[in-house]
Amino acid sequence: MGVDQVAIAALNPLIPTTDSVPLVRKSPFQKLWADKVARTALVVLTMLYLCAGFADPLTPYSMYYNDPDLANAPPTSVYVQDEQGNWTWPYVFAVKRSFDPNTFGQSYTEDHSKRYPVKLFIPGEEYKIFGLIPFNLHLFGVNSPARIFLLGADVNGRDNFSRLFFGAQKSLTIGFLGLFISYPIGILYGAISGFAGGITDNIMMRIAEAIMSIPSFYLLIALAAILPAGMPGGQRFALITVILSFIGWAGLARIIRGMVLAIKEEEFVYAARAVGMTEINTIIKHVVPQTMTFIIIAATLQVPSFILSESGLSFIGLGIQQPDASWGNMLKAALDNVNDLLEQPWLIAPGLAIFVTILCFNSLGDVLRDVLDPRMQGIS
Amino acid sequence: MSIPVYMLKRVLQAIPLLFIISIMSFVMLKMAPIDPLAHLRANPAISMSAIKEEEERLGLNKPPVTQYGIWLANLVTGNLGVSVQGADVFILLMQRAGNTMLLSSLSILMTWLIAIPAGIYAAVYRGKIIDKVFGIISAIGMSMPTFLLALLLLMFALATGWFPIGGLTSQDYYDLDAFGQFLDIAHHLVIPVMVLTFVGLAGIQRQMRGNLLEVLRAEYVRTARAKGLPENVVLYRHALRNAINPLLTLFGFEFAALLSGAALTETVLAYPGLGRLTLEAVLTKDMNLVMASLMLGAVMLILGNLIADILLKVADPRISLD
Repeated sequence: MGVDQVAIAALNPLIPTTDSVPLVRKSPFQKLWADKVARTALVVLTMLYLCAGFADPLTPYSMYYNDPDLANAPPTSVYVQDEQGNWTWPYVFAVKRSFDPNTFGQSYTEDHSKRYPVKLFIPGEEYKIFGLIPFNLHLFGVNSPARIFLLGADVNGRDNFSRLFFGAQKSLTIGFLGLFISYPIGILYGAISGFAGGITDNIMMRIAEAIMSIPSFYLLIALAAILPAGMPGGQRFALITVILSFIGWAGLARIIRGMVLAIKEEEFVYAARAVGMTEINTIIKHVVPQTMTFIIIAATLQVPSFILSESGLSFIGLGIQQPDASWGNMLKAALDNVNDLLEQPWLIAPGLAIFVTILCFNSLGDVLRDVLDPRMQGIS
Repeated sequence: MSIPVYMLKRVLQAIPLLFIISIMSFVMLKMAPIDPLAHLRANPAISMSAIKEEEERLGLNKPPVTQYGIWLANLVTGNLGVSVQGADVFILLMQRAGNTMLLSSLSILMTWLIAIPAGIYAAVYRGKIIDKVFGIISAIGMSMPTFLLALLLLMFALATGWFPIGGLTSQDYYDLDAFGQFLDIAHHLVIPVMVLTFVGLAGIQRQMRGNLLEVLRAEYVRTARAKGLPENVVLYRHALRNAINPLLTLFGFEFAALLSGAALTETVLAYPGLGRLTLEAVLTKDMNLVMASLMLGAVMLILGNLIADILLKVADPRISLD
């Protein structure tokens, strides 16, 4: 520590004098990384996104792979000990479904005659990494006729575990896609409304208020109901995103307008006008950047709400439709089997995935707010 | 401006807003490529003459603008039309709205009864274990999807058998005496109220904690302490009153959030409320019902905001209503 710094520190009691706290300003990201909660959240989210990105090689089966003989099968047991209790390489047994004509119950029994070892990097269904490079290796799997369904099979005999990864592709991207549509609209709308003032402002705000005055979930389901039933999966996904964005922009627009009203009286805005800058340029170059901190924080907290809306929508059957997977429509299986849920607790897994994702985004948003804007600390 | 005049003004302001909402909803529903009467036609319990009547009432053979005019005129006279099942939409809505109001108001009451003391505790014992525990609970509550919590509590109910699975009344409800009916409904309400309370808890608890921490730093709190007032008096007489004001604005939002959030909870728990009714109406493309419940939802939301503003005025006389 230099002499000058010691002198300054002695004069100002607020500056810490210990060497362990350097007087260098940390970048926001460093501060974020220094926080244990934020770091955990970042690591977990990165892992989730990697799982979604590399869903094909990481999972034993594809999204559409199905074995109708194993519909609703419970999770495959993976054994690490043989009958004598010796440790061995993990293996599974083939499972057969049998039907009891007296109770109308189905039961699944393991065929103990042959062991099927779990194989790593096993060739399986063809796929393309990121839709480009053709490939057929899967991280793990077993040879037919045995199946490895770690979270059981759904009503069509598809692997829940694999579908969890493919569902992540939809559920995790929709948050950001929604943001990219709704935020530019909300920001510009709010900025223009606040900047223009007068009648324009009045009309624009009444429209935004009207959208905000319909309970969002009602609006969501009413809009989703417009989509025709037989639409292709990709198109439906795109339109659901648009609908979510349509609901998301109004609240933001209103807040941005309020901020712009305050900012436009600042001197630098008068200066920009005085040098002959056009109104729209003034808004984009001078007014909007002033609201950036708020926008970044609000965006982090908006992503989970988009994810939640999509899951909710798919959960009740109005969002992503079968055979495409999303966490919401996978959780629907739990609702459909609600009376047997205790016997099939693995059906809850997609719900836990949603919960963990949202928890991470919320925690990250909280810390980010403290880092970027200490004034907002503690106010949720 | 006195409170009654202010209320009148707000109600008058709400009329054009509702007008815009109704146009938006109408355009939205008209965009749907659906015959609004398809289900009526398919339902053998509904006579041809009733369908003709409904067609005439909605003016389905006329251009959309005229149709909207007819719908609006009917709305003003209180005629909301017939649902797919042939029931009067107005009566249906009123029954379900009552159930949702019961659920929402109980949940709000429970939320505030728990969240306010919890927030105060967390602020007073800031950084202590109790604060951290509340912090973790509220982080979980904020991230928990209502439908997941409802499913988990259903599993709990299935496992213990302590609570009924879904619905609002038992099968033998009408054989019970008044007190028995009350107990039956209360028993059925436990799980839905628990779900909505837990989910709503987090936001209020955090806000309460944040506000109180801010107020505790204020000069007048220091003055009160310097005067030698007991800590209880400082906390509850001086600090708390000021800390609670900003929460009242949350009330309106919470009212709205409950309407939306309750829809999913109601669906999972088979609760006969407005949310589930709307959802069923959307799924069966029941246009009259969807339109009416969108409007009712909006009215309840606007009312919630109005109540919040008036509460704020009552609590804090410095705020001018204009």
